[in-house]
Parts: sequence; structure tokens; C-alpha cells
Amino acid sequence: MSAVATLVEIRGVTKVYRRGRERIEVLHGIDLDIPSGDFVALMGPSGSGKTTLLNLIGGLDTPTGGSITVGERRIDQLSGGELAAWRAGHVGFVFQFYNLLPALSAQRNVELPLLLTDLSAAERRRRARIALTLVGLDDRARHKPRELSGGQEQRVAIARAIVSDPTLLVCDEPTGDLDRATADEVLRLVQMLNREHGKTVVMVTHDPKAAEYARRRVHLDKGTMTAEPVPA
Amino acid sequence: MRYLPLLWAGLFRKKTRTILTLLSIVVAFALFGLLQAVQVAFESGADAADAKRLLTTARYSIIEPLPMSYLRRIEQVPGVVGVASADWFGAKYQNESNAFPVFAVDPARYLDMYPEFTIAHAHREAFARTRTGAMAGKRLADRFGWKVGQKLPISSEIHPKTDGSMSWEFDLVGILDADDPAVRGNTDMVLINVAYFDEARQSGRGKTGWYIVRVADSTQARAISASIEGLFMNSADETKTQPEKEFALGFAKQIGDIGALVTRILIAVFFTILILTGNTMAQSIRERIPELAILKTLGFSDGKVTALVLAEAVLLLVLGGGIGMGAAVAAMPALNGSTGGRFPPLFVGADTWLLAATIAALVALAIGLPPALRANRLKIVDALSGH
Repeated sequence: MSAVATLVEIRGVTKVYRRGRERIEVLHGIDLDIPSGDFVALMGPSGSGKTTLLNLIGGLDTPTGGSITVGERRIDQLSGGELAAWRAGHVGFVFQFYNLLPALSAQRNVELPLLLTDLSAAERRRRARIALTLVGLDDRARHKPRELSGGQEQRVAIARAIVSDPTLLVCDEPTGDLDRATADEVLRLVQMLNREHGKTVVMVTHDPKAAEYARRRVHLDKGTMTAEPVPA
Repeated sequence: MRYLPLLWAGLFRKKTRTILTLLSIVVAFALFGLLQAVQVAFESGADAADAKRLLTTARYSIIEPLPMSYLRRIEQVPGVVGVASADWFGAKYQNESNAFPVFAVDPARYLDMYPEFTIAHAHREAFARTRTGAMAGKRLADRFGWKVGQKLPISSEIHPKTDGSMSWEFDLVGILDADDPAVRGNTDMVLINVAYFDEARQSGRGKTGWYIVRVADSTQARAISASIEGLFMNSADETKTQPEKEFALGFAKQIGDIGALVTRILIAVFFTILILTGNTMAQSIRERIPELAILKTLGFSDGKVTALVLAEAVLLLVLGGGIGMGAAVAAMPALNGSTGGRFPPLFVGADTWLLAATIAALVALAIGLPPALRANRLKIVDALSGH
């Protein structure tokens, strides 16, 4: 384990939300290392802070205290614009409800992250096609999200997440809206991306069966890590 | 260009709503194009006015005649480089509804005053040497099917001939036109030779309607006007001299303040469009908050998302405005044809296009900015969690 470089280093991270005059501390001093190429399942009951932690790792939010280093970059110190550019280059996101743009075809949805690059239109199309082929949906490239099943939508979302070849895949309950068989298909795909393409995966789930696909599990409860990471 | 498919998809996410909104913008800009064309046509006399041309009329009313002898005296005023007279004939052709201006003029002097008219050299020469000659504006000639060389029978409502007849006959020897569409409206007339007219009319001999005065320096126009008025002060026929543009504007305003009317209608139209499209844009963006959050998640910066929302408003206005103005331009030939040349030619000029572009940009900014700022302030985590 020590021979593998740490990709994500979290030290003493706290997160506090304010709702009016109320102060809600969601995370209390989290310390966590995620090595490069790892597949971590963040588990815990609702309100435990796992999605908040995932958002911080993915650079969607900033911590109130502590530090988060991803690939030797202190992302907690980045400005909004820098964080957006960092996300574009380093992180792929997969959400429970897919979050595809309904007016765009699968191909166009997958191309979205590439609009922020200097790639030509032809190259963007080619790469999106490769990503769709990887998730087994190259024949559905022209379909709009409403013309796809839930599992297919999620696979398009995964294609969008990997099209810009990020080092880190951040998945928030990626199978929460799917039946068991489809969920397994999607999880196998994520596992394949981790094992065969070396993507580091951090996945929030409260489904123990989904967590079995991860290399190890991290449990959170009331904003605190309840135990050392457990190998899956 | 790379964001165009994204903008297009966002805009036409709800096709019916967007098409209806687009149609309202198309109608607004078509109306704008048409009304501006009418306004420009009405003001074409003033727009085409030459700053070096003055008009000398009777002091109290343009219908009061002035002695023809004034011409030589005006010519002597320092700064004046040319003078021509013109008299109102009061014509109708074939029937009451075919009325158009006919002016009795000294051919050479008058045409020298208007270098913006395009006239074949041979026609100009023929008009100068033919006492019964007449020259017609091209649009007028086309309207009535007149050809050079034919007789032109015209009745006057004012001037009987010496035999008491109101029917006059002239020889059509030339056609005049203008390259500039704004000037072309001023060519809807017939010019006749004053030498023949003055000799053949029963009364009013030795008198003319007004003088056109060309000055060497337009900055001296006021001083020269005062000098001309001073020449005839306290005489039986006092005069009033003013720049041609002022005269033309005053003349147009006798019909009504078309400019103010058009402006008020257009303000009402665009205010309605502003409310309508503003509401549609705001609703459209409100519905797409999670989608905008996804764009931010993927790495689109706050500025980029703001620009995308603004660009959507611009695209809507460019499409609607462009189609609307195009429709106005496309309608011009039919409109000009239906007026049968009784109205100055309608056209959509570069100034109108520029004004349309400015209005479109301002409306786009007004309807796009509030939702764009909302998109700018959007927090990803809140938007994705539905807050």
C-alpha cells in the first residue's frame, strides 16, 4: 500500500453550514488518504456527511477548515474559477439521477466537458464516440436521454465523466435509482474503469451490495469517520 | 461557434414556448422595419436636403406668389452662387385621384440646383431647348406608362390658359431619377418649362412660387437668409428664407409628426416584448437551474455560464430581429407596388438596420442579464440538492 502514491489527502477537514442563525457542523475533523487507483466506498446513514465529503473531494464545495490535497494540489485554497478549471481537467462526476441535459443527444452530452478544451469539433466527436463505445452505447449516440432506459442514461453519464480522461471519478449513489440487475451492470462498469483504466473512484452509497464492488469501505456517522477504512 | 449547439438546445428545449416568443419578436421587428421605412420616407425630403440650399418664399404663406424679378436681385447677394425659381402648377392626370406635383421651372437653373438627380445628358438638353417640354420622375413615368417623346396632357386646378381652358399639353422629353432611395422620393414630380407656362397662362404672369438659392458656404446660410429677407423688407412682397431642411421638416409636419407617432408606437411594442420575453427567459432559466449546476460541475466557470445565458438571449433576439427585419425588407416591393407611386418609396436603409441591431442588443441585455446574474450566483451543491 505504501508503494502507491496518495492521490487524495484529507487532513482535519470540517464543514459548517449556516441556516439563518443556526450553525450546523456536518464534518468534524476528517482525515483520509485515498491512494491513486483506489476504489473507495463512502458509507453511512443519511445525514452522516458522506455526500458533503464527496463534494469536497470533487471540488464542488470548499471545506470550512482543514486541507484537501488532490494530486499535490491544495484544492481548498483554489478560487472559484480555478476550482472550475481544476474540476474540468481532473474529475469526472456520476450522480444518482444521471443529470444529463435532456435537450442534448447522448453524443452531445458526452461532448460537454470537451467544449472547455481546445479540441476540434471532429476530435470532440471522436472522443465522445470512444467513451460511448467503452460504456457499450455507441449505437445510442443520437438518442436523447428520454429515449434511453435508466441504466443507459447512467452509462451515458459515466461516458461523460470519463471522456476528458480524469484521474478521479466521483460517484454519488450511482445506482440509487436503478434496479438490482442494472445497478450491477453499472457497478461492473465503474469497477472496470478502476481496474483496467486505473481511475481512482470515490463512491457514496448506502447499499452494501454496491459497496462490495469497491476495494475498501469508509464509514461515516454524524460527520466523523467511525473506523479505519476496511478493505472490501 | 462551439457553444452554438448547446445554446440552440437550451433555447428550443420547450419548442412551442420558444417559437411563440420568437414569433412575437419577429412581429415586433417587422413592425419596426415597416414603420421606420414610413418615417424615413416622410422625412426623406429633409434627409435629402442640401445644407447649401435655401428656400425663399413669401413671408406669410408659401401660396403667395413672388415677383420673378426677385431672381436677379437675390443673385446679387454676396455668398449666393445660384438661384432658380419654381411655381406650383396644381396638376391632375386623367382623373382626380392621379394628382402629383408639377413645377414650372427654368430647366437649366433648376436642374443645376439638384445635382443628386440622375438625368441623361440628352434629356437635360432637350428639356432646356423645348419650350413645351416636360421632364417626369421615373417612378411616376413607370406608374402611368409614360414614354419619352409622347404628349403629356395634364389639367391644372389653378392655372387656366389664355383661352380659359384648364387642359394643358406638354411634350415629355426627359426622365429624372436618383440613385439614393431617399432622394428618389423627391423625384415623383413633373417639371415643365416656365417660359412656355408663363406666356400661356391667363393670370399671374411675371410671378413665381418660390426661389431655390444655392450658397457657397453653408455656415453662412443664416446670414445670407437675413440679407435676402432684408432686400425685400417693407415691400409689397416680403420674403422668408430658410434652409431647405427646415422647410422640408416644416412641410412634413403639416401632415403630422410622423416621427413622434412612430416612436410612440415602437416604444409600446418593444416594452411589451421586453416584458414578454423577459418573463419567458426568466422562466426558462428557472427550469434549468439543475442543468446550469451540471455545467458548473463539469468545469464551466461562473463567467462562462453567465455568458451562455446572455448568449441565449442574444441568439433569441438575433433570430427574431433578423427574421422580422428580413420580413420587412421582403414586404417593401409589394408595399411600394400597392401604393402605385403615390407615396415616397419605402426602403429599409443601413440606419434602420443599425437601429434594429442596437434595440435587439439592448432588449437582449435587459432580458438576459437578470437570469444570467442568477446563473452566476448559483451554488452547485445547493442547486443539485434542489435548494
